[in-house]
Amino acid sequence: MAENDVLVRIENLSKLYPVGGGVFSRSNIFVHAVSKLNLSIANGESVGLVGESGCGKTTTGKLLTRLVDPTEGTIELHSYEGVVDIAKIRARDMKKFRRSVQMIFQDPYESMNPRLTIYDTVAEPLDVQGIGTLLEREERVAELLETVGLTPATSFMFRYPHELSGGQRQRVAIARALVVAPIFVVADEPTSMLDVSVRTGVMNLMQRLADELGVTYLYITHDLAVARYMCNRIAVMYLGKIVEIAETEELLHHPQHPYTQALLSAVPVPDPTFDRSPVVIKGGISKPINPAPQCRFYPRCPRADDFCRDNDHPPLEDKGGAHFVACYKV
Amino acid sequence: MTTDAKSVYVPLWRVRLSLFLKSVRSSWAMFAENPIGLIGLGVIVFFGLFALAHPVLMHTDKVTFGLVDPIWERRVYDPNMGFDMEISFHPSPPSARHLLGTDPQGRDILSQLMFSTRWEFVLGIVSAVITVVIATSVGAISAYYGGVIDMILMRLADLVIMVPFLPILIVLSGMIEVGIWELTLVIGIISGFGGTTIVIKSQALSVKVKPFIEAARIAGGGDAHIIFKHMVPNLLPISLLYMMFIVTGAIFSEAVLSYFGLTEIEMSWGIMINFTQTQGYLLRFDTWWLLIPASLAITIMCAAFYLVGRAMDEIVNPRLRRR
Amino acid sequence: MAENVLQVQDLTMHYVTRKGPVFAVDDVSFHVGRGESVGLVGESGCGKTSIAISLIRLLPENADIKKGQILINGTDVVPLSHNEMNAFRWRRISMVFQAAMNALNPVYTVEQQILEAMRQHLKGMSEAEMNKKVDDLFRLVDLDPRFKDQYPHQYSGGMRQRAVIAMALCCDPDIIIADEPTTALDVIVQDQILKRIREIQSQLNMAMIYISHDIAVIAEVSDRVGVMYAGNLVEMATTEAIFHRPIHPYTMGLMSAFPSIIGEKTKLVTLPGEPPDLLNPPPACRYHPRCPYATDICKEQAPEFKDHGDGHYAACWHPGGKG
Ligand SMILES: Nc1ncnc2c1ncn2[C@@H]1O[C@H](COP(=O)(O)OP(=O)(O)OP(=O)(O)O)[C@@H](O)[C@H]1O
Ligand SMILES: Nc1ncnc2c1ncn2[C@@H]1O[C@H](COP(=O)(O)OP(=O)(O)OP(=O)(O)O)[C@@H](O)[C@H]1O
Ligand SMILES: [Mg+2]
Ligand SMILES: [Mg+2]
Repeated sequence: MAENDVLVRIENLSKLYPVGGGVFSRSNIFVHAVSKLNLSIANGESVGLVGESGCGKTTTGKLLTRLVDPTEGTIELHSYEGVVDIAKIRARDMKKFRRSVQMIFQDPYESMNPRLTIYDTVAEPLDVQGIGTLLEREERVAELLETVGLTPATSFMFRYPHELSGGQRQRVAIARALVVAPIFVVADEPTSMLDVSVRTGVMNLMQRLADELGVTYLYITHDLAVARYMCNRIAVMYLGKIVEIAETEELLHHPQHPYTQALLSAVPVPDPTFDRSPVVIKGGISKPINPAPQCRFYPRCPRADDFCRDNDHPPLEDKGGAHFVACYKV
Repeated sequence: MTTDAKSVYVPLWRVRLSLFLKSVRSSWAMFAENPIGLIGLGVIVFFGLFALAHPVLMHTDKVTFGLVDPIWERRVYDPNMGFDMEISFHPSPPSARHLLGTDPQGRDILSQLMFSTRWEFVLGIVSAVITVVIATSVGAISAYYGGVIDMILMRLADLVIMVPFLPILIVLSGMIEVGIWELTLVIGIISGFGGTTIVIKSQALSVKVKPFIEAARIAGGGDAHIIFKHMVPNLLPISLLYMMFIVTGAIFSEAVLSYFGLTEIEMSWGIMINFTQTQGYLLRFDTWWLLIPASLAITIMCAAFYLVGRAMDEIVNPRLRRR
Repeated sequence: MAENVLQVQDLTMHYVTRKGPVFAVDDVSFHVGRGESVGLVGESGCGKTSIAISLIRLLPENADIKKGQILINGTDVVPLSHNEMNAFRWRRISMVFQAAMNALNPVYTVEQQILEAMRQHLKGMSEAEMNKKVDDLFRLVDLDPRFKDQYPHQYSGGMRQRAVIAMALCCDPDIIIADEPTTALDVIVQDQILKRIREIQSQLNMAMIYISHDIAVIAEVSDRVGVMYAGNLVEMATTEAIFHRPIHPYTMGLMSAFPSIIGEKTKLVTLPGEPPDLLNPPPACRYHPRCPYATDICKEQAPEFKDHGDGHYAACWHPGGKG
């Protein structure tokens, strides 16, 4: 991608969570939830982050929105006003930063305060940021509710979350994230709790908004089929590392990392006549607690040999056509 | 939907008011389903009227500018200073003049009872409000910040729980005059830092990890915004519930302390029992009217607040809620 | 129809709630042949679990089977008493519950829990036989028998799910109901468990009802598929027919709304509207408010669930969008 197109550039980003320990004692055992992660996201594209449960997708999303502080690394955000390092934003600049980066959460039932009306929920960012007069805020909220398909807005504005269905709530969550006109939105499994018949509506809505408003998404999901429809590029994550990243169709049709291959052949297909190739790897993902200096995928890899065991985790390398793979055996 | 909703502009405050009224109505509907709560509430309302009746029966000219004569003459019926000279021996049993009789100093028991009710309400409710304000803030702050702040506040709570209430007040009464306001303040503060805080904090911990708290941070909300706009409102139902139990506790504590003569309160239900004891009438059945009315009032009022609390518990605690 | 392990006829089950009845299962009829695997698919809250717990008669207190027959091996279990049903349950029909992996008792080892289930239902089997059977069951679900004396929390999610399946198989049932057994698991683990379930089912020639909201999973495990919408069974046919030649508009919509990683990337179709509230379902055909083909008759009269040829059942006035 061209240099001036970059919106977010993540370099060497790590987040270590201590295991055990208390107020006074420091633990020296860490979960490497995100470990030396590198990723660039271009303006206007949407990148999918997929992987199994516990591989660090949510942690990455929270680092990008500074809900958690990184252990090390930089996250450059190239906004109109120049470059800021999200990892080093100070408390007093935080409010301003919240205007450019927003997040949509997975659970439409828990991500809204049950005691606030839809209007209060959507207007909250404007309210705490002190944007606009009361009347302007009301207009802006109404406008956004209509945009996300909750029409007429006046009939939704003063309801409580529990009076809305899951799909409607997720639309409210989207409206709320977009109310401050952010340039970058992290969507953490925004449709995984929704039913099929309403899920497509929300997916199509997010895509339409991306086109119309030029929002850039980091789309976190564990469902490759959903990622296929939502993303220009897909990054596959394994135990805190990105192991493969490529254009969506390229990744789906020519997966190169053995983990991606296994993941793809394990996805059930809504076609009874389709024969999936067998999955060659076994078992589930474990926790990356003080991982050994070797390829993270080594214990489950069908191709691994001594070289993979004795060397550090392989770097992400371009294998041609902007298809990056982190594997010694490709 | 009515006709074109957009053309009719409804100001925000009207919408909020109607939402508030709606929520009050639906809470009331849930509360009203439970006979226990209604009985409790009925008793509380009765006591309220009982307390209000006192200034009506024995008002001063300040209130009515001398237009209406008081029904109870202050000289005879004043709860503290009154004395009925027409009766030769006090304590006198219930009669038409004194429906609940008089005490050894010739004062009307009914008047004392009614006059005290007002103060019991003040004591119970004000101390409960103080408790709830303290406990909710401390619980929310402690849960939100965690770490050292949490540790200090929680050790303080442990301390308050460990050192019983009575010794503190005994010491206190040696140092200052514990009147009704001092007592209210002490009860409010002490129970605000004690067990209630711990209950509310554990509730606050479960609110703190809800995604809507993170969503509020993403919106740009600071600590104070999150604590008071998001955590506290979600703690209020349980706080209000505990408020009812604190009222019960406060009224009961006052009675016990006054009985032991540890307070400087002029007149209260506890003081009435205390008089009975100091004058040597405590264990005599022939002067039952000295003891029974005050003790019954304490028991019934405490029970009433407790019942209301129980009924609210069923609303606040979804586990207890019937389908 | 002696072939059928299970025959359900006009099953109607409501939950009684404060707000009125929840029409969770309405006039559902289907059958399951010996050794056959039937998938039940539908969105959250459409009544899949309600059907399952009606079949096995483990209903919550407020559930009420209004009418219908459930023939298991030719015996109608609806009128059976509690004790009579106990003899059927687990031995003839057993179930893997939704979120069952969290339902293992944390204070007993997995082996103890399976043994306990066997002791209750297989009277007359010796302890030695039972111990051997546990080992066999462990191997059957691909668990190493060495792990059998561990506690559930020492198992991973996938292992726990396998243990629960082993438990459901412990009395060699004729039919097993699996309610979303892999929903909480990652795709790779899900893939292994699905394969194993399929193998066990054909190896033991056991009938199975597999419940899921994921049509892709259903496509993998079932011979025939029933599609549920809002308490009704709307279409039932062989898996191949459901996926390639659906005739109910809801099924048709579902198929084009479901993303897949294979094939052309076509635009996903959005079904208008939302699934209805079962407290207050639309009259007649419950799908009509969202249906692109709905006409007046759909609003007035419920369509019959009938055979449209080759055992392709559907309840629709306009099958395939026609006449
Ligand atoms: N606050 C925390 N303290 C300690 N460990 C944590 C914390 N948050 C996450 N982790 C650990 O970090 C790892 C990554 O977690 P994360 O939530 O990012 O995974 P995920 O990919 O989002 O998984 P899922 O698909 O289940 O949401 C996990 O092993 C998790 O246990
Ligand atoms: N005990 C109950 N009392 C009242 N209503 C109930 C009860 N159990 C379930 N319901 C309601 O009955 C309907 C069907 O529930 P059921 O659990 O069968 O759905 P399901 O298809 O299994 O959904 P899911 O995919 O979420 O498990 C739902 O609307 C649910 O809210
Ligand atoms: Mg996550
Ligand atoms: Mg269910």
